[in-house]
Amino acid sequence: MSSYKADALIAKDIDAYLEQHQRKSLLRFITCGSVDDGKSTLIGRLLYDSKMIFEDQLAALEADSKRVGTQGQNIDFALLVDGLAAEREQGITIDVAYRFFTTEKRKFIVADTPGHEQYTRNMVTGASTADLAVILIDARKGVLTQTRRHSYLAHLIGIRHLVLAVNKMDLVDYDQVTFDAIVADYRSFAEQIGIKGFTAIPISGFKGDNVTARSEAMSWYHGPTLMDHLETVELDVAADQAKPFRLPVQWVNRPNQDFRGFCGMIAGGTIKPGNRIRVLPSGKTSTVKRIVTFDGDLDQAVAGQSITLTLADEIDCSRGDVIADALDPCQVADQFEATIVWMAQEPMLPGRPYWLKLGTQTVTANIQAPKYQVNVNTMEHLAAKTLELNAIGVANLSTDRAIAFEAYAQSRDLGGFILIDKLSLATVAAGMIHFSLRRSQNVHWQALDVSRETHANLKNQKPAVLWFTGLSGAGKSTIANLVEKKLARMNRHTFLLDGDNVRHGLNKDLGFTDADRVENIRRVGEVARLMTDAGLIVLTAFISPFRAERDMVRQMMAPGEFFEIFIDTPLAEAERRDEKGLYKKARAGALKNFTGIDSPYEAPLSPDLRIDTTRTTPEQAAELVIALLLGEL
Amino acid sequence: MTVNLTHLRRLEAESIHIFREVVAETDKPVMLYSVGKDSAVMLHLARKAFYPAPPPFPLLHVDTTWKFRAMYELRDRMAKESGMELLVYQNPEAKERGINPFDHGSLHTDMWKTEGLKQALDKYGFDAAFGGARRDEEKSRAKERIFSFRSANHRWDPKNQRPELWRLYNTRKAKGESIRVFPISNWTELDIWQYIHLENIPIVPLYFAEDRPTVERDGLILMVDDDRFRLKPGEKPVMRSVRFRTLGCYPLSGAVESHARTLPEVIQEMLLTTTSERQGRAIDHDQAASMEKKKQEGYF
Repeated sequence: MSSYKADALIAKDIDAYLEQHQRKSLLRFITCGSVDDGKSTLIGRLLYDSKMIFEDQLAALEADSKRVGTQGQNIDFALLVDGLAAEREQGITIDVAYRFFTTEKRKFIVADTPGHEQYTRNMVTGASTADLAVILIDARKGVLTQTRRHSYLAHLIGIRHLVLAVNKMDLVDYDQVTFDAIVADYRSFAEQIGIKGFTAIPISGFKGDNVTARSEAMSWYHGPTLMDHLETVELDVAADQAKPFRLPVQWVNRPNQDFRGFCGMIAGGTIKPGNRIRVLPSGKTSTVKRIVTFDGDLDQAVAGQSITLTLADEIDCSRGDVIADALDPCQVADQFEATIVWMAQEPMLPGRPYWLKLGTQTVTANIQAPKYQVNVNTMEHLAAKTLELNAIGVANLSTDRAIAFEAYAQSRDLGGFILIDKLSLATVAAGMIHFSLRRSQNVHWQALDVSRETHANLKNQKPAVLWFTGLSGAGKSTIANLVEKKLARMNRHTFLLDGDNVRHGLNKDLGFTDADRVENIRRVGEVARLMTDAGLIVLTAFISPFRAERDMVRQMMAPGEFFEIFIDTPLAEAERRDEKGLYKKARAGALKNFTGIDSPYEAPLSPDLRIDTTRTTPEQAAELVIALLLGEL
Repeated sequence: MTVNLTHLRRLEAESIHIFREVVAETDKPVMLYSVGKDSAVMLHLARKAFYPAPPPFPLLHVDTTWKFRAMYELRDRMAKESGMELLVYQNPEAKERGINPFDHGSLHTDMWKTEGLKQALDKYGFDAAFGGARRDEEKSRAKERIFSFRSANHRWDPKNQRPELWRLYNTRKAKGESIRVFPISNWTELDIWQYIHLENIPIVPLYFAEDRPTVERDGLILMVDDDRFRLKPGEKPVMRSVRFRTLGCYPLSGAVESHARTLPEVIQEMLLTTTSERQGRAIDHDQAASMEKKKQEGYF
């Protein structure tokens, strides 16, 4: 499909038109929804409205619409894109199709994938290169299981721009109340799974309302049309260029003795001649000499460009290595925790060696049995021994040699990988690295002989963990905050790990089941321990309801550095305060596994400090904690 | 300060990435060079990918002996300019039997192009071949992968395609398998023209309007490019100002009447035009699902 809007400028001044169109940016997006939601109709409408349809195609479309269309005498836009039925008849895999259209501002690449659960892998594939996802909802049906699944997958794959397209508004009389209710419903779900924001647009793909033209029938809606939004949504260009420099080396170009160029696409950051770089995993450093291209040397190059670098020194560097910012290199490790999306008929076999390809590195990897599988409809964690086609789970894996990587949340290029079956050679899974389990022992690019004592001495303090435990709403965060302020005034180096904040990032993959609560605390414990290694005084504010985990964390720390502080507030009092309204929700049954209501809280038997908040003000409590830390109690 | 990469720069970077990935991970790659505008862009991108070296693979022209003379001229010039080896393959059986577009209809394409390609790949043992297909060309290509695998007898199995995530391509192949790689999959026709304009890429002059000797036959305007063109009784070549939107064997390529003599004028005409690109190509008129079928049989 390829024709373009015959606007006046083309006829009047083709040079000006070309000039304008050479400055367009590129947006890749995915549409999520099923045929019933009007997805094909919407895509067809976008192509049609951006004048991507030739006259001969239009004639064919009109004829087809009358013959097999479902819209009576009207044009059936869905016929512009392959119907699933036709694909099934032809026996072709229902799959990812890429479609293209362009406007004056942007070129668009749309990944079109089927919406049913059995096509999870196709959606993940389409989403992997998308900047934005359009989640389609049928206004008559509202937020459905599949809406939640699509949103979860889009979020999982790291798409930051979500559009909630509430379609078929014409069938609910363009009713604002219906739209608002769907958006509110969606918002509460989105927040639950950590989606930071989304843009909701009421549309009718069939009638065209708010697709490219503003809807007259919905004057109550003041936001952008779908096309406006697609044309103007800010891409993550600036953020990508501000990241530390990363170049996965694809190919070493050696045409002769005098030239040795390292080729690749920049995965993050910006580079200039003269910049110091470090080659990973080896850790060798050098300086960028030239950025060589066919069009002449460049003064700088940025994320997304395919370039060739030459270095000032003759150092070992080959395909699979990563050239990184010398002062801010990526990590190197051989053991990871990762989310895995299984894409093959043959289920995953824990322990079997697979090829793992990440960036330009290919290594052998062993996957352990999954820690859990995620129910993609409810986001619940389920026990699992393996992963089958379309299953998503979290597992540890190890590689036969250390690789340079970043967490997927930091970098799609250095955190995303595929697994290849060594016998069938099929791509059997996609994976996203969360973090490494331990830094590879044989990699010494960092000066490891700076000890925890050195860190602590530099800060002129003794590291410690102040572990606040208690019911939700007991006052843990309030008191911990006060303590941290006081310590800062005393020139102490501190860090406050807060339950709510950690769950947005580090532990956003965890829910509130008992198993997840345990894992939540284990991770926080590990982080706190690392921070004490760095010489910090760490304050943690977590409900941490189970004795066993609090004891486990105590065991992790150096003797005398762990202080358990019990913020003792009776349930009735915490419930009366209910500052976040959580108790109310829990009582209404809207929150499951809520501590104190339907999940137990095991009070400490012998805390280092117990604060009764019915008799002590937060200010007094903070003073007590400081006294405890200074050994004055 | 943030640098804004235009859509053409992003497409360019993606294509260069694909070229390098193939060269790094396959044993014996080749570029299928058809001398058309898509091939011209592909060659230009390959040169960028490996600069200052020439692309480390040869150009393969699967020749039918019936291309326009201007195409042979540009082919030889570009091979020289790029410093690449040029392999020209002509199916010996087709040559011996004198297969031609006047007498043999679709057999001409089958034997010279489809069979010729398979024979050439087998003869040289190439395990990866770059092709200039684009996903916007027609519906069945919209779901074709960038790395498309072919069995030992060159068949495409659309039911068994590998997922392509991020920029990660699984290039591992079983014995006898080969890969067709399409580095300009995500380019549209307009992108191609804009890029040719922006980068000043040499293309066959046939894309520009000029007075040429032509005859009109079955609704197509055909160019009488040499004396092998068989005129029917009463047929007489007429000078018309024409250009071509797609190029192939000259007796099968329909011209359009046009006065677009410069690249901007060609683009202007393309943008204002009312019929889609492939209409000028006889091959597609055969059957509705012809492209799908041809692909399964091994046509590029």
